[in-house]
Amino acid sequence: MTTVNPKAREAVGEYQWGFHDTEAPLFRADKGLDEEVVRQISGLKDEPEWMREFRLESLRTFFEKEDPTWAGSPDLLEAIDFDAITYYVRATDRDSTDWDDVPEYIKDTFDKLGIPEAERQFLAGAGAQYDSEVVYHNIREDLAKQGVVFLGMDQGLAEYGDLVEEHFGTVVPPGDNKYAALNSAVWSGGSFIYVPPGVHVEVPLQAYFRINTESMGQFERTLIIADEGSYVHYVEGCTAPIYSTDSLHSAVVEIIVKKDARVRYTTIQNWSNNVYNLVTKRAVAYENAVMEWVDGNIGSKLTMKYPSVYLMEPGAHGEILSLAFAGDGQHQDAGGKVIHVAPDTSSAIVSKSVSRGSGRTSYRGLLKVEEGAEGSTSTVRCDALLLDEHSRSDTYPTMEVDEERVNIGHEASVSKLGDDQLFYLMSRGLTEEEAGKMVVNGFVEPIVKELPMEYAIELNRLIELQMEGSVG
Amino acid sequence: MSAVNGQESAQPLLEVRDLRVSVAADPEIEIVKGVDLAVRPGEVHALMGPNGSGKSTLANAIAGSPEYVIDSGEVHFQGEDVTALTADARARMGMFLSFQYPTPIPGVTMVNLLRMAMKARSGEEPPAREFLQQLREVLKTLRIDEDFARRYVNDGFSGGEKKRAEILQLGMLKPQLAILDETDSGLDVDALRTVAEGVSALHNPEMGILLITHYQRILNYITPDFVHVLVDGRIVRSGGADLAHRIEADGYDPILQELGQPAGAAT
Repeated sequence: MTTVNPKAREAVGEYQWGFHDTEAPLFRADKGLDEEVVRQISGLKDEPEWMREFRLESLRTFFEKEDPTWAGSPDLLEAIDFDAITYYVRATDRDSTDWDDVPEYIKDTFDKLGIPEAERQFLAGAGAQYDSEVVYHNIREDLAKQGVVFLGMDQGLAEYGDLVEEHFGTVVPPGDNKYAALNSAVWSGGSFIYVPPGVHVEVPLQAYFRINTESMGQFERTLIIADEGSYVHYVEGCTAPIYSTDSLHSAVVEIIVKKDARVRYTTIQNWSNNVYNLVTKRAVAYENAVMEWVDGNIGSKLTMKYPSVYLMEPGAHGEILSLAFAGDGQHQDAGGKVIHVAPDTSSAIVSKSVSRGSGRTSYRGLLKVEEGAEGSTSTVRCDALLLDEHSRSDTYPTMEVDEERVNIGHEASVSKLGDDQLFYLMSRGLTEEEAGKMVVNGFVEPIVKELPMEYAIELNRLIELQMEGSVG
Repeated sequence: MSAVNGQESAQPLLEVRDLRVSVAADPEIEIVKGVDLAVRPGEVHALMGPNGSGKSTLANAIAGSPEYVIDSGEVHFQGEDVTALTADARARMGMFLSFQYPTPIPGVTMVNLLRMAMKARSGEEPPAREFLQQLREVLKTLRIDEDFARRYVNDGFSGGEKKRAEILQLGMLKPQLAILDETDSGLDVDALRTVAEGVSALHNPEMGILLITHYQRILNYITPDFVHVLVDGRIVRSGGADLAHRIEADGYDPILQELGQPAGAAT
């Protein structure tokens, strides 16, 4: 099931070198959404009956659901034309974006980040990535020896049907919200990960390591099951900008962290700024388990994403580090949710947002302590930095605490890029622009230092690019 | 940039000509009302004066702070008119301001700032080995623990730590001109001695120092070649180190009285 784009196939030659392609004929669903489209998707994937029913039921839910009433940019949401979207494109067909059609600013950013040519084409949806298969082959072998399952979601469903059926849709039910329902109906791609008891996966798993599947689908679905005492760090996406002609990206991520296990899920979202990024991410953590979300949002037109953790059993710990940068015309509506269900659970949310020009950031958070979750502790800290007079930031922290014996702290701050900070750094010889970049990079440092090194470096560079021409 | 040698050392490093300065936010109020000053390489000038006399304003205006507006007059540095230059351009020419109230830059380590500032100064990143060696030496001179260099700039620093961090930067950047704005304020006796001895140790025959202070006590460690007294935006007395000793003994009142100003402003 090798993914080959037509141009690459031309270059390699037609099948004769044993390059085998077992894909079904190219298929692109008609625009618009109805039961027939969903049946077609499920049929083409040769899915089991239960998944088809799950999709159809989800579709009905989607049609019934309204947009969330609390949305920060309702006008943007209303502008989404669901009938203009193509809900399913075979990977073989999707690669047909012409490199010449990729916007200049994306190409510029590739240049400045120093992304290798092959990777650029892949990221821009203009090429398949052959090299990576060789590079990551060894990593995959190591994982297999440990019994770690790391597949595309479609493949996971085909090979581990029972495991998927047991957990799929249990953490984020289709009825959770309109976009989760949409994803449940038309999902395609994403990752399926199972880590056996006691196994520590030392290398962060990245979507790149997977073969034969797209890493950046429009309606991705990811399911991670970390069995007792295991550890895994999953890194989704990358810091380079992802160009997409699709206007809507709506993913669902479900994570189950069993007793004594620990999962870290890192995202650097950098969609091109025509994309709506409406994502539901949720984890359940059991006894003494640790769940950590590190969530960075740089790109997109509108992002609405609030990774959440349900602390189900005593000793469970949840952590959410959220970083958002909104440039001109962008709205980053991000944050996190923690629900303390069991006693002696703990959580921390740290949010850092930067807005520039007409960019807007919103922190939206929920901290809920259910009755009986005594001895729970939680700290929430959100800091916003405004780079100029026009930028905007709002904070919507919700707290529902139904238990008295808890320890909860909340701090919030909004600051403006200070003249005193700029002058201080300029008096050390830095230009005004360098000084501004330094202040912003310092501001986001508490989140960036949690990233794997290469991502941290790229993210800092990316923020610097975003900052160019912003001061003075 | 002119190299400093025997002949040219007579040329002022810093020359302030009839400088008048007001606050950008309130241009009606003139704070510095015509100051002339010349600092030559190797010289230490102490600028003293009662609170509110315009000392810090003068220091910041010389360094190029956008908070102040130069209404008239000129600032020349290394023979160049820098009046219209921004602070960073002046800094890259070798001017350094030690702040009275250093600003926190959370998330940026001292090491990071030092490397960036040295790069800005010389145009290239300092070689890691030499950088570390120099850093260790300066930290030792200032009796600062090495961990200090990994802390975020001025973030959660005590008053003494902030001043030491300023002098640490002075020691790393090796400017031609150091303007020390009340580097002695907010320090206890021990911290004052460490900081002042540090400045003395870092001073070299090519570096001019303009030391702004309210009190004489820092001058026990750094002997000034010239002492100027600023009152109401004007230099009203200039002399040698003995002038500072007289102020130490009698305060500013005798000078104010001679000028016909109300006494008791300096406390």
